[in-house]
Amino acid sequence: MFRTLTALALLAPLAVHAASKVHELTLDNGLKVVVKEDRRAPVVTSQVWYRIGSSYEYGGITGVSHVLEHMMFKGTAKHPPGEFSRIVAENGGDENAFTGRDYTAYYQNLAKDRLEVAFELEADRMRNLALPPAEFDKELAVVQEERRLRTDDDPEALTFERFNAVAYAASPYRNPVIGWEGDLAELKVDDLRDWYRQWYAPNNAILVVVGDVDAPAVFELARKHFGPLKAEQVSAAKQRPEPPQPGEQRIRVKAPAKEPYLIMGYKATTLGQPNIEEWEPYALEMLASILDGGSSTRLSRELVRGAQVAAEAGASYSAFTRLPGMLVMDGTPAKGHDIADLEKALQSQIQRLKDEPVGEAELERIRTQLIANKVYELDSVYAQAMQIGTLEATGLGWPLIYQYVERLSAITPAQVQAVARKYLTADNLTVAVLDPQPLAGDAPAHAAKAGAVPHVR
Amino acid sequence: MSVSLRRSLSLATLALGLTLTGTAAAVPEIQTWETASGAKVLFVEAPDLPMLDLRVVFDAGSARDAGHPGLAAMTANMLTQGAGDWDADAIAERMEAVGASLQASALRDMAFVASRSLTREPALETALATLTKVLAEPRFAGPDLERLRQNTLTGLRQEEQDPGTVAQKSLYRAIYGDHPYAEAPNGTPEGVSALTRDDLVAFHHRYYVASNAVVAMVGAITRAQAEAIANRVTAGLPTGERAAAPPEVPALAAAKDERIDFTSSQTHVLIGQPGMRRGDPDYFPLYVGNHILGGSGLVSLLMDEVREKRGLSYSVYSYFLPMRADGPFLMGLQTKNDQADQARDVLLTTLRGFIQAGPTESQLTAAKKNITGGFPLRIAGNAKVVEYLAMIGFYGLPLDYLDRFTDRVEAVTAEQIRDAFARRLHPDRLAVVNVGPQPGTVAKQGD
Repeated sequence: MFRTLTALALLAPLAVHAASKVHELTLDNGLKVVVKEDRRAPVVTSQVWYRIGSSYEYGGITGVSHVLEHMMFKGTAKHPPGEFSRIVAENGGDENAFTGRDYTAYYQNLAKDRLEVAFELEADRMRNLALPPAEFDKELAVVQEERRLRTDDDPEALTFERFNAVAYAASPYRNPVIGWEGDLAELKVDDLRDWYRQWYAPNNAILVVVGDVDAPAVFELARKHFGPLKAEQVSAAKQRPEPPQPGEQRIRVKAPAKEPYLIMGYKATTLGQPNIEEWEPYALEMLASILDGGSSTRLSRELVRGAQVAAEAGASYSAFTRLPGMLVMDGTPAKGHDIADLEKALQSQIQRLKDEPVGEAELERIRTQLIANKVYELDSVYAQAMQIGTLEATGLGWPLIYQYVERLSAITPAQVQAVARKYLTADNLTVAVLDPQPLAGDAPAHAAKAGAVPHVR
Repeated sequence: MSVSLRRSLSLATLALGLTLTGTAAAVPEIQTWETASGAKVLFVEAPDLPMLDLRVVFDAGSARDAGHPGLAAMTANMLTQGAGDWDADAIAERMEAVGASLQASALRDMAFVASRSLTREPALETALATLTKVLAEPRFAGPDLERLRQNTLTGLRQEEQDPGTVAQKSLYRAIYGDHPYAEAPNGTPEGVSALTRDDLVAFHHRYYVASNAVVAMVGAITRAQAEAIANRVTAGLPTGERAAAPPEVPALAAAKDERIDFTSSQTHVLIGQPGMRRGDPDYFPLYVGNHILGGSGLVSLLMDEVREKRGLSYSVYSYFLPMRADGPFLMGLQTKNDQADQARDVLLTTLRGFIQAGPTESQLTAAKKNITGGFPLRIAGNAKVVEYLAMIGFYGLPLDYLDRFTDRVEAVTAEQIRDAFARRLHPDRLAVVNVGPQPGTVAKQGD
């Protein structure tokens, strides 16, 4: 299931002493540095976020942002391939990177006295990536394996990929982050070179540091390592607006599987869009939590436990995206029920949100969880940096971390009902169904040979 | 919903997270005592955030299933479905109304019930009252059991559509044979179908007892509060008896090669053998050695050979999973079908080479720097510390385990690693599982 309350992610602080101020500085070359001091443990997380991801890609090069992310570990003139990871490991660091629709980010979690190690490496690969063709060939093969693992051999993930491709007509959210198989096969190292030059620059990046550090010292260190980097001419990405949906859309995905699976998505607005009331995305967040904000909420209580029509059911929506998205529900029918029963049950939940105002006690439970989760999130410097990075990369701005809970908490039952009526309409709906096809052998054929020599050659 | 793609799979990270590292500098001070009812308590005072993590662990994992696969997991899962006067809705509503969470689950060795709550009232009182009732007075109501049974069966069928899970389950069966570690905690369709309410009641009665329990707590409470809380949550548990040690794991007598036909674009190759236990005398050489071989993510030998040099797999890893009895040593990768044999050769060749030669001095130095330098990260956060407390308490590790960890890692020599790997791993008696399309079986299907 997609959603848990923690996935809401961005909440204002309760009166917690450990919740400290955020400090911000923009270097002359445009790099924004955001620092949050948190002294609970002698650790620090350093994250470089680039405003680039799959939603910036156009036809024929889907997946380029993610392949480039992989290649960021393949060296510069100063550091040969593999050297980044070796240096971080030798300094006791955890490192990784991730690519999304709206951003690509790189992080190192380190003991607090090793922050400079991260800055030196990240500054070097911000502008000086080597992109050796031989390394590209191998890494592309790795990404193709990643696609097989995550999508091609996972029937629910495959259904979700095709669901997005049908739901969106023009929005770049229709493309998978990992890229279409054919586009990956045709990708060239020069495509990456162009992409890198265009988007990897201090004026298109945010450096986020959270941990046991002093903000002025971090700013000084950032100036030293990132300050000399040249800015780039970065043009704004086109919005590629999604046209109004002219009617319900359906797709059936046939794939080897044992259990069917249902996804239903309604096009919905997001924060920062023109021509909406500012509270609408917050009302949609609350609506999604009314459905699936824990085990006491409607989908668990009424569909999994009550009617027992779903073995599992979830709802997901994010107000914090660059472009408008969807409110998505998904689920697997319980024994004795089929996809049609499950869809009907989810439809009646949507109808109820339009017909009846939600109860005050239900809303209050969600608000209480939001406030508690804000405290729990302070247990991790990484989680705090993720919130700041997401808001900065999507253009919404980090100060929202201090306003989010209040704005959600202010949502009324009438506002939830209003967004249900406005967005959860029949013409706005896309439905995808996984139609299970036989797997080899269907009772897997074992060809066990006890005692055989395992080594083939 | 954010779609994110990470460079390495969580599997590799999980393997790292299952092993502890330590340094003297930032080690939390662990306090320990026994409750009136005889449960062991481990507590760390963490005053910074107004919250409490509480984890009660029982020697009640699937190793205790005794011919009823899925029994331990079903018992744990049913705890939150009704207790005392509360049904599942009431339990969920009580916890979420105060922003608290409650989860119960069973692994192979341990079952646990964990809560997280704020320490202000009414959150703390509500969470403790609920947890206490769930431990001592679960209802195990028939209709809830039927619902969980059906949903567990659905979950088992979903696992059958995932080649990685099929491979992992097959490998455990190949490694463990008749040993209780052979089956996954969620059991088998036959086992889950056969479970009765009486089975669950008897299991709970036998294993959810104070002398079989460890209470781990991290949060903004005082020692006096912690003592009262530990007494309270275990008060409803009879003292009972500790579970007997699980049987020894026999070494594999011969190599096993299992090929499972599966409709997929990749073949999953998993290789394993009985590995080591918690508190094993070879723990440190094996842990540090495996860190070099396949336990250090992007910089491991396996990652270098399989991914960086050859581009064969997105994820490749090896790990020891130390348990009460010998837990497994596992290696694995996934690759497109026509490369499966090549990838498997690279896995085996790398393992053999490492067993034979051991690590170089520079590999060992780099591994030690990574493990000791990264120690503060592994205990940064109450969520991490409470899991370590549960682990130390459950497996009876010494309380200075964390304090001494760095020194013991530093003391490991290349020769100790080579010696331990040579004694403990036997490349001629490995269990190997391939899950993917099998050329020989296509014709059979047409018969």
